[in-house]
Amino acid sequence: MENPDLGLDERLIRPIEKPARAFAIFALVLFVLCAWGFVAWMAQLRKGLAVTGMNVPVYWGLYITNFVFFIGISHAGTLISAILRLARAEWRRSITRAAEVITVLVLFFGMGSILLDLGRPDRLLNVILHGNFHSPLLWDVVSVSCYLTASTVYLYLPLIPDVAILRDRPGPRQALYRTLALGWTGTPRQKHLLERAISIMAVLVIPVAVSVHTVVSWVFAMTVQPMWHSTIFGPYFVVGAIFSGIGVIIIGMAVIRKAYHLEDYLKPIHFNNLGILLLVMCLLWFYFTFAEFLTTYYGADPSHMTVFLSKTQGEFSYLFWTMFMACFVIPFVLLANNKTRWTVWGTVTASVSVEIGMWLERYLIVVPSLSRPRLPMEAAKYSPSWVEWSLFVAFGATFILLYALFTRFFPIISIWEIREGRENSAREVSARVDSYLPAAEEPAGGSTP
Amino acid sequence: MARWGMVIDLDRCTACQACVVACQVENNIPPASARTAERGRAIAWIRLVPFGKGEGGEHPSLRLIPVPCMHCEHPPCTKVCPVHATQVGDDGLVGQVYARCIGCRYCTTACPYTVRQFNWDRPAFPEPMEAGLSPDVSVRPRGVVEKCSFCHHRLQNAKDAARAAGRPIREGDYLPACVESCPPGAMAFGDFDDPRSTVSRLAESHRAFKLLEELGTHPKVIYLSKGEWGGES
Repeated sequence: MENPDLGLDERLIRPIEKPARAFAIFALVLFVLCAWGFVAWMAQLRKGLAVTGMNVPVYWGLYITNFVFFIGISHAGTLISAILRLARAEWRRSITRAAEVITVLVLFFGMGSILLDLGRPDRLLNVILHGNFHSPLLWDVVSVSCYLTASTVYLYLPLIPDVAILRDRPGPRQALYRTLALGWTGTPRQKHLLERAISIMAVLVIPVAVSVHTVVSWVFAMTVQPMWHSTIFGPYFVVGAIFSGIGVIIIGMAVIRKAYHLEDYLKPIHFNNLGILLLVMCLLWFYFTFAEFLTTYYGADPSHMTVFLSKTQGEFSYLFWTMFMACFVIPFVLLANNKTRWTVWGTVTASVSVEIGMWLERYLIVVPSLSRPRLPMEAAKYSPSWVEWSLFVAFGATFILLYALFTRFFPIISIWEIREGRENSAREVSARVDSYLPAAEEPAGGSTP
Repeated sequence: MARWGMVIDLDRCTACQACVVACQVENNIPPASARTAERGRAIAWIRLVPFGKGEGGEHPSLRLIPVPCMHCEHPPCTKVCPVHATQVGDDGLVGQVYARCIGCRYCTTACPYTVRQFNWDRPAFPEPMEAGLSPDVSVRPRGVVEKCSFCHHRLQNAKDAARAAGRPIREGDYLPACVESCPPGAMAFGDFDDPRSTVSRLAESHRAFKLLEELGTHPKVIYLSKGEWGGES
């Protein structure tokens, strides 16, 4: 049996057992937004996609943008957590769970965006009954369901010991915790099995995660449309996905830290370390964007140039240069500077900027290419309708609401991993460091060769 | 099996849009309200695409070119459909299964000719028109994609008639409504697999070209034009 008395870590369980009153207000606001989205959805079901701003030739708009954006965010949670675990980065302990939950929850909104976009959502099952595996959309269905399953397992495994702690304490929802704890008592054999399972899953989820945004990009890149048909779209999308995902982790951590007073667990160093990762992705994003746009410009294929010019100096130029500021200039300045990167506000500001920029990037991939078809036509301009905006806001609010509810049911910081770190890490790390170096056999001041 | 295709002689075309109107009537295409048209949602299976030349210059010129579905031999639309709702049929026609389409509009975005149409609204026909709908063509429900079928129902009828008469289908048995209605006779239709057919002969003309040929879609709609046609898009 684990010791149910947590001592120092008692604070991690307080949101579950003694929630603050402010939570109810926060949840209510989110619920109202979510309900508003439901109203908008009903309007769309009743009147069809006519209630959106989409038209010919802009057949795809906000919903597909959100699909790419939400699936992109899912990339940081599980992927970053898996990489940090495999790299045995000790600072991961207080952030892995907060990150993994993001992945599992946000995937539903990515897939939900596709459902919103269908003209006949009632025929969704046709995707299974009559699936055409030549279609990149089918690749998405397979890849995303695989990722959702793997991420859920990967979130659940390290949750088991913590659920057992909750089960062993006098508190609410005993039946739920008893079921989910799967009889965990913390025997050495159980611990060994759990660690094996976690490390196997950590390795497995990495290729799955990479495949997810690669095939999302292929929805576009497999067509011959101008500025979609690009070979670097796979890695470009994966980089953008991790970029936007890390940003959401940082924002989420800052909120949790503030709301639940977890300053001792989520320290500036955590924000600094994630900030460095965000900076690396920021530079990679710039590199890919530069490569993509320079090759298009230099090649100067007229049909591609029409789209290129609409982005850089035409109809979409305001959005384009805002994206460039938000994805590169602002985060680069904030993150390359030690003074701002070591602060919570510095990394959070950079992250918020990255989210805005990355959403714009997705929008600028979907809409301009469709707005400039190869054959000239009297193109109507696309501007999203209230239904599309409402559903976007509602999706965001519902995601935050579910995330907040998770923190009320389960510890958002892994208690057992923190304790394990406190008890064993120092020893393990020093043993590991010893193993890197030549054995200290000679007594100090020994002979020189 | 035949390989049905179309030849449009732009040197004869007067851009009168009779083909467009004939198509609307033949295929039960709902007339667009002003608001629908303004929002860029009017459905047309064949439309006149304006190719401009010397835009803003001293002698601007505009050429209107009728563009139906190209019924490509390598269509970019069919392979991306997640549910096999659009496929190349036995006669080489690219068909659309309205009853299966989930309305994801992947085919519409993948088509480089932008000829695929989506039913944003429920189709509505004004009072007297409803009684005059063609019984051979189904009215498409809201939320699915549709496009030019080369009047596929006419092929069915022509095949039935030929079978009843105990002879193979002949040139002229099967003509889409647009071809039949063209006042200056600028449109020809027939079997590209038959080397003696009119379309095969016309396709060998030095005036022949295809739209966006460089994409490798192998369109089965061939255009004829003397000299520059202004289509270097």
